[in-house]
Amino acid sequence: MADLRINLAGIASLNPFWLASAPPTNTGYQVQRAFEAGWGGAVWKTLGDPIINTSSRFAAVHFNGQRVAGFNNIELITDRPLEVNLKEIYETKKRFPHNVIVASLMVEPRQEKWHEIVKKVEAIGVDGLELNFGCPHGMAERGMGSASGQQPDLVEAQTMWVKEVATTPVIVKLTPNITDITATAKAAVRGGADAISLINTINSLAGVDLDTWNTIPHVGGKGAHGGYCGPAVKPIALNMVAECARNAAVGVPISGIGGISTWRDAVEFMLMGATGVQVCTAVMHHGFRIVEEMIDGLNNFLDEKGLTSVTELVGKSVPRYSDWGNLDLNYAVVARIDTETCINCNKCHIACEDTSHQCIDRVTGDDGKAYLQVREEDCVGCNLCSIVCPVEGAISMVEVPSEEGIMTWNERQAALANFTP
Amino acid sequence: MRAAFISLDDLKQNFAEVKAGMRPKEASEESNRCLYCYDAPCVQACPTGINIPSFIKKIATGNLLGSARTIMEANPVGASCSRVCPTEELCEGACVLNHESKPILIGDLQRYATDWAIRNRQVLFQRGSSNGKSVAIVGGGPAGLSAARELARFGFNVTIYEAKEQAGGLDTYGIVSFRLPPAISLWEVEQVQALGVTLRTGTKVGIDVTADELLQAYDAVVLAVGMSKVPMLGIEGETLAGVYDAIDFVERTKTEIDSQLIGKRVAVIGAGNTAIDAATCSVRLGADQVQIVYRRTEAEMTAYDFEFEFAKKDGVGFRWLTAPKRIIGGSDGEVVGLECVRMELVDVAGSGRKQPVPVAGTEFVLEVDAVVKAIGQTRYQSLIDQFGLAHVHGTVTVDPRTGQTSHPKVFAAGDVIFGGGQGEAMVVSAAQQGKLAASAINHQLVTSHNETA
Repeated sequence: MADLRINLAGIASLNPFWLASAPPTNTGYQVQRAFEAGWGGAVWKTLGDPIINTSSRFAAVHFNGQRVAGFNNIELITDRPLEVNLKEIYETKKRFPHNVIVASLMVEPRQEKWHEIVKKVEAIGVDGLELNFGCPHGMAERGMGSASGQQPDLVEAQTMWVKEVATTPVIVKLTPNITDITATAKAAVRGGADAISLINTINSLAGVDLDTWNTIPHVGGKGAHGGYCGPAVKPIALNMVAECARNAAVGVPISGIGGISTWRDAVEFMLMGATGVQVCTAVMHHGFRIVEEMIDGLNNFLDEKGLTSVTELVGKSVPRYSDWGNLDLNYAVVARIDTETCINCNKCHIACEDTSHQCIDRVTGDDGKAYLQVREEDCVGCNLCSIVCPVEGAISMVEVPSEEGIMTWNERQAALANFTP
Repeated sequence: MRAAFISLDDLKQNFAEVKAGMRPKEASEESNRCLYCYDAPCVQACPTGINIPSFIKKIATGNLLGSARTIMEANPVGASCSRVCPTEELCEGACVLNHESKPILIGDLQRYATDWAIRNRQVLFQRGSSNGKSVAIVGGGPAGLSAARELARFGFNVTIYEAKEQAGGLDTYGIVSFRLPPAISLWEVEQVQALGVTLRTGTKVGIDVTADELLQAYDAVVLAVGMSKVPMLGIEGETLAGVYDAIDFVERTKTEIDSQLIGKRVAVIGAGNTAIDAATCSVRLGADQVQIVYRRTEAEMTAYDFEFEFAKKDGVGFRWLTAPKRIIGGSDGEVVGLECVRMELVDVAGSGRKQPVPVAGTEFVLEVDAVVKAIGQTRYQSLIDQFGLAHVHGTVTVDPRTGQTSHPKVFAAGDVIFGGGQGEAMVVSAAQQGKLAASAINHQLVTSHNETA
């Protein structure tokens, strides 16, 4: 059994699995149940001046009969008094001293407001603070959440105000609703952030009801944009984590968030630079017990790979992530179809024929049997056929040895610039 | 005697459809499992060429109207076929997932979509604008309905002549209710009527109206009369009370259920699908003991495997290598027994198939109260002769691509053209033949003239 403990910017955790600040961490009752189930930590539902929530808050996107491919919410920060939350944080920490409790905070972008809440929360005893600069709905209309998180100067200033009084590590949670996530990540670091967490939810409208023409969800016939999360956002989150991880000017530990549903997702985020991960939608879909599958899967994976600590994963794939201009233009793969494994659904053929490079032929063999064949000289190695193929192993993308050396676009442009006829 | 405890209501329950339709979640899961193959083998395996991936995708995307229309467009008796097609041998047998997991339940999904259309009283098609031509269809079974539907859409004035009280043929009268309730077939009839097709039921062509009259009054005729009664066995006792023709026997269970067989012992002679139907109907009519008597073995039996399994589950017994010799009557002219003889299969010179021959001295008597004959069906040969059509032993000779007979105005489809060596007689094949005949008539009377005009 590998060592699953992590240390994120000075916060030691029993395992890399934390609950994200969200409905599952609303109360002491819930967080205690989560710790009993095995969660290493929890970021408490964001504290601030109590708000009023709407009824009808969540919606999901289902895909081909699968529930919750994506999840959308218009719930705001905690709607309970600060004192009640602090009391429950205290009780929970007392009962579970080895589990991490990070308090998520959101107040108006004023120095004294930040000082006040940081002092109150740290006095009760927490392992760290997470500044919610990400919530995209409701709070943003009041100048908080993503409204302040979209302005690098506000991110920097607010982080600085927190750091002026904080004694525990400060994590800045970033909004993905921005053109370049590294701009705000760097601002957080300039403000003194000990770590960053990302991503918060993405502006979204889950759907429109075909019968009533109301938004989904709607509040008495009216809707407003929410925040999108769940499996569908994972690739977006993974890219943003990777962009921060490979940017030397960021350079602080990352808590990865966004569509993490299984141990496999967690491993991917850690390989791309996350020290630990936060989870919400998977728990809202399946309950706290899902962490058992995450821990067990991660453990077996680490054992299989011969790794003794989960920390050995962190950032291992980051050097492999770069800019397009650094990719080798002479690298080539082509599709090969294993006719023994192929079930002749012809999906690769029609995908290639209609939408790619028309290089998968339908052929009839001498025995009268139909089979599919790639014209390798016309195959550009786009991978589409192997993506639509429903059978594992029927189509493999095979590397074709190149006679040319490595040549990237950047190298090519540089060579052209230096070329003198 | 348990007979005393069976009410008529109980018996009627026995004839309710055995298999439940898919529930919405089942249909959603199953339809989403379909790969939506391109040029899918299931479509090629369907005699009517239903665009199966398309109708399944329409179910998955909540477009049941479109799904039902896709099905019924290709197969005018697609609701019946969803229940009676040997899908393991057709679409589902061809499904590419057979090799990887489990084939898609295409028949059940087809039923799900068509059931929706039936429940929601959908009229799926419209008649074409009139082309001024008229066609008479002889026989309102699957082939006749299919031809009528297509011809009406082409713009023909169509009249169906149907001998029975209702149209639908085999689907309405010949397939056991617990597999195909008559209401399904009658909905298909309504769909055809909704296109303005005139349905003249209770009208026997050849008797109430002659072949010549039709040939004179219409621009073309589609002969789709199917097949007739079970032939005589040619043994003693065939006219005793309690000896039934399997076709009549099954037909009666589709219109009314009576208590005559409660507690009785029944022998069914033959081992085709009709024999199985007669046997399972007997069980459901309250018979105490039902046996199938067949002169060959299980291997030669022509019933589908699923029918055979179904009969075994119903408790039907099978006596292989057994042939009837004589039906024994009692004092009141009722059946009291069936004398049988054991058979063996031997090679006979000049015959490819082993022939059953009696084993001398092995006669024995089965004590039974009823005998149902299910040894095939005779043909409407006199009607075929009245039309003056070329035929082989009552199987009308046609051009297989068009269904055109030796008479240029007469086309034929369905069991009337089904003969030895043509594979299995299936409702779905009859439907396709009806479509082909309609298309050929349209070409002959309309489009070929347009092309030359």
